[in-house]
Amino acid sequence: MALSPADVLAGIKEIVEEVAGIPAASIELGKNFTEDLEVDSLSMVEVVVACEERFGVKIPDEKVTELATVGDAVNFIVNAAA
Amino acid sequence: MSQRRVVVTGLGATTPLGGDVDSTWKALLAGQSGVRLLTEDWRELLPVHFAARVATEPADQMERVEMRRLDRSEQFALVASREAWKDAGSPDEVDKERLGVVIASGIGGVITLLDQFVNLNEKGARGVSPHTVPMLMPNGPAANVGLELQAKAGVHTPVSACASGAEAIGYAFEMIKNNRADIIVTGGVEAAIHQLPMAGFAAMKALSTRNDAPARASRPYDVDRDGFVLGEGGGILVIEEYEHAKARGAKIYCEIGGQGLSSDGYHIAAPDPDGSGVRRAIKFALENSGLSTKDIVHLNAHATSTPAGDVAEANALRKALGADADHVAVSATKSMTGHLLGGAGAIESVFIVKALQDRLAPPTINIENLDPAVTVDVVRDTPRQLPAGDIAALNDSFGFGGHNVVLAFKSL
Repeated sequence: MALSPADVLAGIKEIVEEVAGIPAASIELGKNFTEDLEVDSLSMVEVVVACEERFGVKIPDEKVTELATVGDAVNFIVNAAA
Repeated sequence: MSQRRVVVTGLGATTPLGGDVDSTWKALLAGQSGVRLLTEDWRELLPVHFAARVATEPADQMERVEMRRLDRSEQFALVASREAWKDAGSPDEVDKERLGVVIASGIGGVITLLDQFVNLNEKGARGVSPHTVPMLMPNGPAANVGLELQAKAGVHTPVSACASGAEAIGYAFEMIKNNRADIIVTGGVEAAIHQLPMAGFAAMKALSTRNDAPARASRPYDVDRDGFVLGEGGGILVIEEYEHAKARGAKIYCEIGGQGLSSDGYHIAAPDPDGSGVRRAIKFALENSGLSTKDIVHLNAHATSTPAGDVAEANALRKALGADADHVAVSATKSMTGHLLGGAGAIESVFIVKALQDRLAPPTINIENLDPAVTVDVVRDTPRQLPAGDIAALNDSFGFGGHNVVLAFKSL
């Protein structure tokens, strides 16, 4: 099932707020998970697993390190679901 | 170097009687019970349907995101430590390399362990939280408090079952005595109200099964006592080298005189009926603190409401204190709080500090018929006034494994 980038971004915002307590309003495509949003390595694992469940995609561990920004994650998930 | 003295400068607690020290102490003096029927369906699996849950959920005192990375025992440790640190005057300016944390837990993050095992079975390895290990490790409560306060003199977690909380305070006391630290946040916590640990204790016949009257179930020294009541929560003290506390103008509650440690070498769970291990621990605590039996006016007993344990301890107290036991007001506060396992020795130390401050020994409730085998002077139903002047008190804590810890506190 195709996912729209807007839907994925909205979902990621909810997940990151739930897992890391970062207000959804401050989560934007250009933000870096580690440096801008201060999502630590353990919480990043939670974000990835929650995204997999929510969007029905697989995000392999070796890909996770490539997902530096929120935009990277949105693109990966949209492509993986296509 | 002159002899270093150790004083108490801060207190914190979250218990079945209250969400902080003041509310807990008031309820304790009023003789209230913190024991209630469990509301979870799983209680029907067990022969015991009640426990002593904390009066105030950590959720009322913490942020949601912080909570989800912490085991319940770690939440208790942070809640009580924040109160204790504030009570000590929030001394954030202290040298962090001279600041330590010693917080014990008897079982550690057992609820996390069991919850994550369910996740593993239901969702596979991917379903297991990446926070699992930091949440289940028994040193987690100490580590999280140490991290928050940036303590760098050492963060430790002694484990000796139900003596753990007292052993932690004793360890912290030694750290200051031995010049490893000037100020330490210390105590014990426990969060084990879950069907599995409860089933384990029930299988040992260690828990009361008085399901028709939970608030009357914890009855140390009563002839019809039938086991302990599991409690949760914790107690935290800020302890400090005396000159260090004076120099920063801290409020000083009392002095920790010393500790006595021994082990039974008798049985993995049963108390030694001869009580020689307990007697030696009391003797060592008195020697270590330069006190004599004449100085002791109050004792917070381990007394968990088990048929064997209460009498064995009372006999040992009578032998250790001799005729001077006649002027020792013995309180069994587990009659109200339930048994906090690794938190017990810590919360009971908080009670002793408050007793010395207010000159009031808290009551023991639920004694309908005092066991005639108990030959110590038990404070029943209402608090008892303690004498003016220089006084001292002891805290007994014992753990499965035959661990005996006695802490001595002195007015200052």
